[in-house]
Amino acid sequence: MVGVSVRGISKSFGSASILNGISLDICDGEFLTLLGPSGCGKSTLLRIIAGLEQQDCGTIEVAGIKVDHLRPKLRDVAMVFQSYALYPHLTVSENMALPLRMRRLSAWQRLPVIGALLPNVRSVCTEIKTEVARTAKALGIDHLLSRKPSQLSGGQRQRVAVGRAMVRHPAVFLMDEPLSNLDAKLRVQMRGEIKELHRRLGVTFVYVTHDQTEAMTMSDRVAVMLDGQVAQVASPRQIYACPADRRVAELIGAPKINLLEAAPRGEGLLAIAGSTLAVDNVLDFGDSVTVGIRPESLQFADRAGLNTLTGRLRYVEHVGADLFAYVDVPGSREPLVARLPVELASRLQSDQTLHLRVRCEQALLFSADGRRLSEGDGQVTPLRSYAE
Amino acid sequence: MTPRTKILSGLVRHVILLTTGSLVLVPFIWMVSLSLKPPAELFSSNFTLLPEHWFAVENYTKALTAAPLPRYMLNGVIVCAAILLLQIIVCAPAAYALAKIRFAGREIIFGFVLIGLLIPHQVLALPLFILCYWLGILNTYAALIFPFVVSPFGIFLFRQFFMSIPDDIVHAARLDGLSELSIVWRIMLPMSLPAVIAFSIVSVVGHWNDLFWPLLVVHSQEFMPPSLGIVTFANAETGNDYGPLMAGATLVVAPLVIAFFAAQRWFIEGLTAGSVK
Repeated sequence: MVGVSVRGISKSFGSASILNGISLDICDGEFLTLLGPSGCGKSTLLRIIAGLEQQDCGTIEVAGIKVDHLRPKLRDVAMVFQSYALYPHLTVSENMALPLRMRRLSAWQRLPVIGALLPNVRSVCTEIKTEVARTAKALGIDHLLSRKPSQLSGGQRQRVAVGRAMVRHPAVFLMDEPLSNLDAKLRVQMRGEIKELHRRLGVTFVYVTHDQTEAMTMSDRVAVMLDGQVAQVASPRQIYACPADRRVAELIGAPKINLLEAAPRGEGLLAIAGSTLAVDNVLDFGDSVTVGIRPESLQFADRAGLNTLTGRLRYVEHVGADLFAYVDVPGSREPLVARLPVELASRLQSDQTLHLRVRCEQALLFSADGRRLSEGDGQVTPLRSYAE
Repeated sequence: MTPRTKILSGLVRHVILLTTGSLVLVPFIWMVSLSLKPPAELFSSNFTLLPEHWFAVENYTKALTAAPLPRYMLNGVIVCAAILLLQIIVCAPAAYALAKIRFAGREIIFGFVLIGLLIPHQVLALPLFILCYWLGILNTYAALIFPFVVSPFGIFLFRQFFMSIPDDIVHAARLDGLSELSIVWRIMLPMSLPAVIAFSIVSVVGHWNDLFWPLLVVHSQEFMPPSLGIVTFANAETGNDYGPLMAGATLVVAPLVIAFFAAQRWFIEGLTAGSVK
C-alpha cells in the first residue's frame, strides 16, 4: 500500500524553478529520507506534502486520497520543524494538547470560561489530558509538562515537538531537518530515538536532511534530490554502492569519492592518471569516461602495475581505526583519498611515492553526461579484476 | 579611563538628565502643589512647594462634587476601553495579513497604511465630523469612538512585531488545525504581548488626553471625557478658583501615571522590539 504518492510536482517562486516534475511513491510505514544539498527543493517538497505551500502542478495523495485541495489540518500529516516551532507562550502540555483541542472541541467549546460550562467539554478535556500525559511519558518528558519552551534544553524542545506531532496519531510524519539545531552528541542520540519511534509507531516518515549520515543510518530508502529533481531513490546501501549518476556518487560518502578522468585505449584498457585499468570491453564508452573510486576501494600496494595508481603522498589524516592518505596523482588537481589501515602509519612519510591498487569490483564508471555505466541489471563490475 | 574621570563624566551626565527631567516635570509638580493649597496662598509672593495650610481635602472634594468629574472619568474609561478593544480587533488581523499572508497588492496596501500614519488627525476632522452628522451619531459615545477604530499606527506596530515571529510557528499552527483567525488570537497576539501593551498605552493615553475631537462632537456633559470635562469645569464652575481645578486635573492624570509605571517595562520593550537584531 502507498503511504504518500507524489506525482509530477513542480513549483517555482517567481522565475526561480525549485521543483521540476517530482514523482515519488512512499510506501506505507516506510522511513524515506529526502537528501540533498541546501537549495535543492527538499524542504519545499515537504511543505507541499503538508499543504503549507501550493504546488504549480502535479498531485499529492496521502493514504490513497488526493489531498491537493485540502487544508493542512485535514491531510492527516504532522510535521516537526527544524526550529521546533513550539508556541512560546504555552506550556509543554498546552503545546501538545492544542492539536487535539482544535480537532475535538468546537469553536464555542474552546472559548475560555463559557466553553467549560458546555456539556461534554470536561470529559473531552480529561481525555486529552490523559493522551498528552501518555505521549509525554513515552517520550520521557512527563516531568516537563508544566514548563514553558524557553525553560527547556534543545533536546527537550525537540522531544516536545515530536510529542506534539505524535499525540494526534497522524498517518504520515514529516520532519524538516529536526536534528540540525542539536549538538553532535545529542544528534546521535536523537537519531536513534527517532528511528526507534518509527519502529514503534509503524507509520510513514518523510524525513528531510542535508546530512548524509542521518540519511544513511535512519532510512529504509533515500531519495537523493538535486536541482529540483529526484536523482535516485534506493536503499542507503544501494545509493552508496550503485549511485545512479556522478552527482549522487559525489554527494554520498565522506571523504568524497575520487573521480578521475580516463581515456579508453581499446582492447578493454583505460588510461588513467599515468597508469592503466583493465575493463570489460562490452561497454561503449564513447570518447571519455570518468572512474569513481571510493577511498576504501584503494589498497596499499608494493609496486606499480596494472590496476595500480602511483602518486606522491601529500599528507595523512588519522581518524582512529583508519587513516586517510591524500595522494597527488598525475592528471588530477585534487588529491586522491585512500582509506588505509592504521598499521601502515609508520611506513608512510610525506612526499614519498605510493602505489595504490584499485579494487576493481567496487570501482564505478561514469559516462561523459554523468550517468553510471553498468552492465545489464545495474550491478557494478565493469572493471576486470587483474589476476596476478 | 581613570576612575576619577569616570565619576566626573557620570556626574555631568546625571546633572544634564536631572535638569531636563525636572524641566519636564515642573508643570506637573506645580499642578499637584497648587491642588493642595488654599486660594489665599495660590498667588502669594513667596514660593513654596508645600502649602502652609493644607487645603487638599477641600480642593479635592470640590473637584469631585462641583462638576461630575467621576462621570467624566467613567466616560473616559468607556471610550478608551472601547477604542482600544476595537482597535485591536481590527488591527491584529490586518497586521497578520500584511505580515504573514502572501497576496497580490500586499505592499501597496501596506504603503497606504504608512500614508495613513502620516496624516494628522486634525486634517480629517471636518470630513469625519460630516460623516458623524450623516450617521446621526453626533453627541454620542459612538462619535467619540468610531473615527479611531482603524489605527494605522496599530497596524504598523503589530505588523512589525508579527514579522519577527518565524513562519514555522504559523505553519505549525495551520497543521495543528488553527484557522487563520485563531492563529491571530491564540498565537500571534499572545506572542506579541509587549507590542500589545505598548500599543495599549499609546492608545489609551492619546484618547484619554484628547481634547480636540471631543470638543467638536460632544456637547452634553453625560458623554464628556475627562479632558473636555476639565475645560468646561474651568469655564463654568471655578472662575479663578484654581485649587479645585488643579485637583481635578491631578485626578484625571493620575490613572495614566499609575498605569504607565505598572507597564513601563513592556512599554519600552514593545517600542524597541525589532529595532535590534
